[in-house]
Amino acid sequence: MKLSKNHSFHIVKREPPVWYIGLAIRAAAVILALIVSGVIITLLTDKNPIAIYASMIDGAFGMDIRIWSLFQDVAILLCISLAVTPAFKMKFWNCGAEGQVLIGGLATVAVMMFLGDKLPLPILLIIMIAASIIASIIWAVLPAIFKAYWNTNETLFTLMMNYVAIQFVSYFLKSFVKTGSGVLFPMPEFGLPVLFGKQYLLNIIIVAVMTVLVYIYLKYTKHGYEISVVGESENTANYIGINVKKVIIRTLVVSGALCGIAGLLLVGGTNHTINVETAGGRGFTAIMVSWLAKFNPIFMVFTSFLIVFLQKGASQVSTDFRIPQAISDIVTGIILFFIIGCEFFLNYKIVVTKSVKEEK
Amino acid sequence: MAKTAIELKNITKTFGSVVANRDVCLSVDHGEILSILGENGSGKTTLMNMISGIYFPDSGQIFIDGKETVIRSPKDAFDHKIGMIHQHFKLVDVFSATENIILGLKGKGKFNIKEATRKVEEISHKYGFDIDPNKKIHEMSVSEKQTVEIIKVLYRGADILILDEPTAVLTPQETQKLFAVLRRMRDDGKSIMIITHKLHEVLSLSDRVAVLRKGEYIGTVKTSETNETELTEMMVGKKISLNIHRSEPKNCEDRLCIEGINCLSREGVKLLDNVSFTAKSGEILGIAGIAGSGQRELLEAIAGLQHIDSGKIIYNNPKTKTQDNLRDKTPLQIRELGVRLSFVPEDRLGMGLVGNMGITDNMMLRSYRKGKTVFLNRKPPHDLAERIISELEVVTPNSETPVRRLSGGNVQKVLVGREISSSPTVLMAAYPVRGLDINSSYAIYNLLNDQKERGVAVIFVGEDLDVLLELCDRILVIGSGRVTGIVDARSATKEEIGLLMTKGKGDEE
Repeated sequence: MKLSKNHSFHIVKREPPVWYIGLAIRAAAVILALIVSGVIITLLTDKNPIAIYASMIDGAFGMDIRIWSLFQDVAILLCISLAVTPAFKMKFWNCGAEGQVLIGGLATVAVMMFLGDKLPLPILLIIMIAASIIASIIWAVLPAIFKAYWNTNETLFTLMMNYVAIQFVSYFLKSFVKTGSGVLFPMPEFGLPVLFGKQYLLNIIIVAVMTVLVYIYLKYTKHGYEISVVGESENTANYIGINVKKVIIRTLVVSGALCGIAGLLLVGGTNHTINVETAGGRGFTAIMVSWLAKFNPIFMVFTSFLIVFLQKGASQVSTDFRIPQAISDIVTGIILFFIIGCEFFLNYKIVVTKSVKEEK
Repeated sequence: MAKTAIELKNITKTFGSVVANRDVCLSVDHGEILSILGENGSGKTTLMNMISGIYFPDSGQIFIDGKETVIRSPKDAFDHKIGMIHQHFKLVDVFSATENIILGLKGKGKFNIKEATRKVEEISHKYGFDIDPNKKIHEMSVSEKQTVEIIKVLYRGADILILDEPTAVLTPQETQKLFAVLRRMRDDGKSIMIITHKLHEVLSLSDRVAVLRKGEYIGTVKTSETNETELTEMMVGKKISLNIHRSEPKNCEDRLCIEGINCLSREGVKLLDNVSFTAKSGEILGIAGIAGSGQRELLEAIAGLQHIDSGKIIYNNPKTKTQDNLRDKTPLQIRELGVRLSFVPEDRLGMGLVGNMGITDNMMLRSYRKGKTVFLNRKPPHDLAERIISELEVVTPNSETPVRRLSGGNVQKVLVGREISSSPTVLMAAYPVRGLDINSSYAIYNLLNDQKERGVAVIFVGEDLDVLLELCDRILVIGSGRVTGIVDARSATKEEIGLLMTKGKGDEE
């Protein structure tokens, strides 16, 4: 009898666990991740892992300025994550948040540059907001229209739009920066107002309000319900008479507008200038934030915080210990791997079975 | 000859907390046909999948020819001469019958197609199959495809054959043909296990019947020593009467007049060919036909989901006494016209309901637009959900549990419940009892009957001819997209309908 291929265990789907077991599994994942990355760090660099974790925390929370910068980055990432969420919930794979944010930022910077000294600040701000939102909506709605009417692949389309946005920014910098250096000096005098002397406070407040609004939009409005139905099944949507084309386009208008706000906050509220790196890959990181939070805007506060914390900590570690950034990226990767991987244990359990032979 | 070919002892298989099979023991002799009888979800297919190597039992033993055997993969099963014919065919459309049959076989050197074709013909001849080995699969009818699947298994030398609901897709005539072939195979010494939930088939074909109920093995009886009532009792666990109460239609008015509708697929194939009929209020119009003869397109055309190329769909509004053409209207426009049309589609979780949403949110599908604000009002759908749960006895933890976690019968109750809650004037139901156990099926029949008595024009697409004949007032038979006959359900016979089902095809060729 062949027993070489004996299954000693198999995988079985489980009922969703009660909340404290779910929490315990997630906590175990984080602890395991820290242990594994500790071992790897020691093996690769012979540095003390505890010191490295301490340095990570220091990098994120060490000083007032670091804490502010941490929350600012969380706010921007969260804002972009909120922007991609309605589209993702509809299963419209919008990979173009990067370009949508950038083009919104470009519109903002163009208004600052060309109208900054010609108009009073309040009017300038209104034009900035409008320009940024409209530019991002155009960027988001184009792929949506093509998807709705000709069923083109939105992933490719939105990715391509990213490159177009990047090229627009470099063209703008080459052609319109007077010094000819291609580097635009910040123009804080035309930026968004600073509240209580804290530069990032306004951004944080705006994003906090947006989080609540997006949560309400998705959960309690008719639009949000239509988004869920279209995302779950287009057949069902047609069956009950939802105009799927309209919902796709409308949702991407919302998505684009939120990206426009992110671009505005990033350029008008933070950098006061633009370059091709302004979005900095956040359009893609936002997808991860949104997925990790299972498209729930409130959970996204935590997931975006986690990711920004890891990034900040990692870069501090590489400075403190003069080790390549790559090592800290490895640590970030391991931690994310474990956090995502523990989802498996939330949905499945492993059952050890006795072999046929043993039973006799 | 009565030597045991395969024997199962105490086979148990669980999926999570669901017990699919518990301590199942059964055996099949050489030269015997054993029916595995049970309702949907009783674990028949799971059990057979363990014999054919797709699943592995949690515990228990399998003996083949008296020797304990471990079957870990479909290949192991083939090595033990076990072959399974699945409900869903696994064939390559652009290949011929022979090519499909030898696909995946290991052999030295080049394939000898001629030799293979000869062998296929030999098998066909031996058991009385009617097949052209060089015909491509995409040109074949469902029953021909099934024949290819059976020959494929025989070609590999199977002695133990398992057939999973083979008659579900066949007309009564084709079923008779298949049974003749199976009997010849039995006489040749093969062991055959056939999964079914149709009692008359069990009684006419098999030597013995093994009954499963909710994963439990109930027992095996000799077909010659049992009857329909006893088997039903074993299957369901209690005595139930299997009569459908059919009332005489009252106050019939023409409600929906379909006039010569035509519909082409994207490839230009005629899906509906000059279909005309009238659905009357207060009666149940049955639609019979081989699966895929245009039933789905017909209902979807009426519901505004399928574009039609010509023809009219006239709705006689009983309130306003106006006539409206529903052609090329979207479901929303139809609704706005005041047409109270309810539709229970074939694909419950993919079209009628959203699997990941709870009952409340699924109730809201039809009503969420109500109210002037941009916000949803969850109160009325929640009340409706609670009402349906209590009135139709839906088994669910609560009204927020995702409907995909409910059993098939409960899912269907939710869907039918929602559709009749809007007090429709036309109710269309496509295969509403597919996959349901007997009790749930009869609950659905009663709901349809109830709607009929309230003066609704009910259109019922069914697959079980016995049920159609018992439940409906008139039966429209559809074959290859055209109406091949409309018969009176009180006087028609199964054979008559079976002939009409295949008629459309014959005319075409």
